[in-house]
Amino acid sequence: MRLKRKDILTIEDLGRDEIELILSTAESFKEVSDREIKKVPTLRGRTIINLFYEASTRTRTSFEIAAKRMSADAINISASSSSAVKGETLKDTAKNLEAMSPDCIVLRHPSSGTPQILSRLLRCSVINAGDGTHEHPSQALLDLLTVKQRLGKIQGLKIAIIGDILHSRVARSNIYGFAKLGAEVNIAGPPTMMPCEIEKTGCRAFNRIEDAIKDADVIMMLRIQLERQKTGLFPTAREYSQLFGLDSKKLEYAKKNVVILHPGPVNRGIEISSDVADGKYSLILEQVKNGVAVRMALFYLLMGGARE
Amino acid sequence: MKKKSIIDAKGIERAFTRIAHEIIEKNKGIEDIIILGIPTRGVHIAKRLRDILKSIENINLPVGSLDATLYRDDIGMKHDQPILKETDIPVPIDNKKVIIVDDVLFTGRTIRAAMNVIMDFGRPSSIHLAVLIDRGHRELPIRPDYVGKNVPTSIQETVKVHLKETDGVDEVVVEAENEA
Repeated sequence: MRLKRKDILTIEDLGRDEIELILSTAESFKEVSDREIKKVPTLRGRTIINLFYEASTRTRTSFEIAAKRMSADAINISASSSSAVKGETLKDTAKNLEAMSPDCIVLRHPSSGTPQILSRLLRCSVINAGDGTHEHPSQALLDLLTVKQRLGKIQGLKIAIIGDILHSRVARSNIYGFAKLGAEVNIAGPPTMMPCEIEKTGCRAFNRIEDAIKDADVIMMLRIQLERQKTGLFPTAREYSQLFGLDSKKLEYAKKNVVILHPGPVNRGIEISSDVADGKYSLILEQVKNGVAVRMALFYLLMGGARE
Repeated sequence: MKKKSIIDAKGIERAFTRIAHEIIEKNKGIEDIIILGIPTRGVHIAKRLRDILKSIENINLPVGSLDATLYRDDIGMKHDQPILKETDIPVPIDNKKVIIVDDVLFTGRTIRAAMNVIMDFGRPSSIHLAVLIDRGHRELPIRPDYVGKNVPTSIQETVKVHLKETDGVDEVVVEAENEA
């Protein structure tokens, strides 16, 4: 089996069978990280460049570890230490990197749509590690894997995604991903942070968190970007926390064995209270663990076979 | 396609029983043995060997599953990469006697890859190889320690092992492409 595509750019254009192939492959890769020698020789001689134009701990480390556990050579470039500060365009940077013949470029960029541009420019594979407010496909895949492992299925589950939907690429990728695998997706957030026509993506929008999480199997809390308070999207962090933050009291609306996800980094006491973030329903660290397996699966499925 | 059944259910059972006795004889008992099957059918054969060994020696040996896909030498050459299967080595293998179990031994490349997986997990005191069918055509210096049946084949033929667990019936079939 093989993904019949060169790049992973969005969940929107992945088929259900492709998502399921990635998830089942990732499940097999989980075990590699539990070995004493956490390395397999599968991608020896392949080169992966992590090109990050935005700050990241989890995602960049996760892609780097995934590459190294597959024996690929991983190189990290962050915008602050690259020629971007000298004014080089993304296109020129990409073309110059390609001249050094990498097999895959993992791109994070603040502008939506940049991975698509790169994928058309380059012959090597491109993986979107988050573009602007558009998509973050590997995050959605690891969320799907985490839920599938804990609850045994995705089909028929009720998912609630809460927070700044407008600016969240995690939310967008997850709405597509969970809907494609047959789950029901509810979203809620302050009206200033709800995109218009979002229901066209296949989810239901609510104004109150209590309505969105009613009988939910999974609650996904999004990080509130505090810098957005200055732009007037919400009055105070305290008010946001009272209305939309998840605490043990609001949790009572959800199903008894609800699981809680958060893509990180967590603003403790704002979108999620510490006792919930660290409590028994929280799968936050399991998500991080699964992230490595999902990214190993993506590398394997994009680069494991013969070169075209 | 021409199909020829070469071993029936009784024959398979007898082969497993004999292999089990050979394992006991060669290792002077079965303490410290771990049986690792290569998915999918190798794992089922490994479990059957464990059951037979238990009925003889009254020791329940650990059985694991060993997928060598990630260590294959043709992984960057095939257009479609193989689907990964489970690797589950239940106990530490340092200073243990590992027996690799597979249904058919052919080029030996899978076994080479499997041995590399084992070496990454630890340092067993020995590795033995048990197969139900040895069909020849080795491409590497690898030989089995326990063989159910040697089946001389032509390179165009395919040897298929059917097991109750996966195929509903115990049988070994040789398939040939061309009409003879």
